[in-house]
Amino acid sequence: MLEVTEKFRGAEIFVRCLKDEGVDYIFGYPGGAVLHIYDALYKQDAVKHILVRHEQGATHAADGYARATGRPGVVLVTSGPGVTNTITGIATAYMDSIPLVVFTGQVPTHLIGNDAFQEVDAIGITRPCVKHNFLVENVNDLASVIKKAFYIATTGRPGPVVVDIPKDVTADLAEYHYPETVEMRSYKPVTKGHPGQIKKAVALILAAKRAMIYTGGGIVLDNAAGELIEFTRHLGYPITNTLMGLGAYPGTDPQFIGMLGMHGTYEANMAMHHCDVLIAIGARFDDRVTGDLKHFCPEAKIVHIDVDPSSIAKNVPVAVPIVGGAGSVLRDLIKALHESGAKPDQGVLAAWWGQIKEWQSVDCLRYDRTTEVIKPQYVIEQLYELSGGDAYITSDVGQHQMWAAQFYKFDQPRRWINSGGLGTMGFGLPAALGVQVAFPDHLVACITGEASLVMCIQELSTCLQYGLPIKIINLNNRYMGMVRQWQEFFYDRRYSHSYMDALPDFIKLAESFGHVGMRIEKTGSVRPALKEALGMKERLVLMDFITDQTENVYPMIAAGKGHHEMHLSPERELA
Amino acid sequence: MRRIISILLENEAGALCRVAGLFSARAYNIESLTVAPTEDPSVSRLTLVTGGSDEIIEQITKQLNKLVDVIKLMDLSESQHIERELMLVKVSAAGTAREELKRLVDIFRGRIIDVTNTIYVIELTGTSEKLDAFVNGLDRKLIVEVVRSGVSGIARGEKSLRI
Repeated sequence: MLEVTEKFRGAEIFVRCLKDEGVDYIFGYPGGAVLHIYDALYKQDAVKHILVRHEQGATHAADGYARATGRPGVVLVTSGPGVTNTITGIATAYMDSIPLVVFTGQVPTHLIGNDAFQEVDAIGITRPCVKHNFLVENVNDLASVIKKAFYIATTGRPGPVVVDIPKDVTADLAEYHYPETVEMRSYKPVTKGHPGQIKKAVALILAAKRAMIYTGGGIVLDNAAGELIEFTRHLGYPITNTLMGLGAYPGTDPQFIGMLGMHGTYEANMAMHHCDVLIAIGARFDDRVTGDLKHFCPEAKIVHIDVDPSSIAKNVPVAVPIVGGAGSVLRDLIKALHESGAKPDQGVLAAWWGQIKEWQSVDCLRYDRTTEVIKPQYVIEQLYELSGGDAYITSDVGQHQMWAAQFYKFDQPRRWINSGGLGTMGFGLPAALGVQVAFPDHLVACITGEASLVMCIQELSTCLQYGLPIKIINLNNRYMGMVRQWQEFFYDRRYSHSYMDALPDFIKLAESFGHVGMRIEKTGSVRPALKEALGMKERLVLMDFITDQTENVYPMIAAGKGHHEMHLSPERELA
Repeated sequence: MRRIISILLENEAGALCRVAGLFSARAYNIESLTVAPTEDPSVSRLTLVTGGSDEIIEQITKQLNKLVDVIKLMDLSESQHIERELMLVKVSAAGTAREELKRLVDIFRGRIIDVTNTIYVIELTGTSEKLDAFVNGLDRKLIVEVVRSGVSGIARGEKSLRI
């Protein structure tokens, strides 16, 4: 029998792989090394390409897409500067464990190492900030490498994977076969928790007198919010979320006592400090969460559940480590709790809640609501109300990010999209772009500041091209607010280079990109302006809120202090 | 505390860089590192000598295990093991020094593997401590070059590191 096997160019194989992987959107920017691929993209319409204006924007957009949808974000850029421009975005995704697959063009194989035009060692330069990376040296390996890249990016602790493809590989011919499964002897992530450890954890959890549940981005990444809610409600224990974990447990639920950490609530941090059993799930005890480790949860025995063994006992000694996926381990814990038939001692739990209620009565997030000058917190509260708490919120980094986390109550996971680990200014707008591409009819708002916003402002152009009606909430205090806040507290008010002079006219700027610009200068105008902007369903609106320049983020734990050493605003400092 | 970690690694381009890069990125210390393919050419075996508290060693092994190219690893120093290092030393060997050098080599059970009128090349195998002792026993002025392979190690008895 004669077998006819059709051969395809690497570029076509590439596009077919994406299609078979179920990729609907890729974010990219063309250039010499990827021209064959762009030609193959042109000839089909299964995989849609979003043309950004800067490769950093492509990575953040794919990242926002991934965080909002739970599917991997895909990026395509050319060699050399195309690669170097993605580094910030790749590192951002790496720190927050976001599944990205970044395809980078490379100079032809025979020119690698020759200092060729637009050549950079993409594998070397990305190595420290990827989960893994591949150089495709032969067109026959292309499909299997792409399959592995998606597999690695999305399993275990997710993360970005870079695939570097030399130009000649995209021109060479090969048969096409996309593998259905991947088997790698060197990569076998653990998902199921050890039954013995689950048993130990249940005993410890039920015996707690002052338990605290502390969860992070791992719940969101593993789509385990449902399990977390069941687990938490069954026990009746208080719960706090990290910045990355907001929305995994409903922000409006009475058992939720706010975010913890440097700008977390007083009650969450005090409960951490005084708890006797800490149940940590999908959180990594980051320094912004723990404060000074010498004072961290001094009375607590810790149960730590994480899919990444290296996150366990990295910063804090753990009594019961459980390696496994958050969802799987939570299901096992819930089952074991039901089987035990035991419940926490209700009297003891009531006393613990009594103490927490007392801490809550401090009302640590209170701010002055009587001013004519706009308080940034007020803008977020109003946005929360007018959006029914149902928007996708992206943010940049700084004061506005903390206020958004404190004042927008997320009831669902994947609605709060921010750069928590790397703290990347410039993330918010392109991330919102990626979210809006995924959810074209949903309200997507980018809460930002004037310093962050201008870092990737070019993406306004992308938003026009694809008709993405993002609402940009620019909390404009003419300062790099968080830098200014630290300079006020710790540098004797020497505001070294934190004042943003010569800002653009944001109305004209929005208009020049074909969007709507608004300036809001008084508290009384905030609500009507927001209403008007949210009503413009088809348009991107850049809302420039001129806010109080001196407002600081409270409460606050200074760097190197413990959870019990929180500061409220100066006029209401605790004894 | 000094530890010897043995790693089975995919024999892929850049795999060694991932291991070395991990150590520099996380500020871990590498005392020595040797690597070569095993009987299976798709697998390299890497032996790494490092140091640190138990907590740091635990992190090092976890971080190494996380690297996609790492297939398996073992902390040899946790149990009975054998370690060996190879050293080549080129020394000036003229006049009366020749006899004295020969005696020292014999005491350490080394071999002289290259000889000219003025030079010996000495080969010595053993633990790092033994090699140190030999170098310290030499007259410094006579040493022309020292080359050490870094430590290779293997567990004693039935215990093994294999796929």
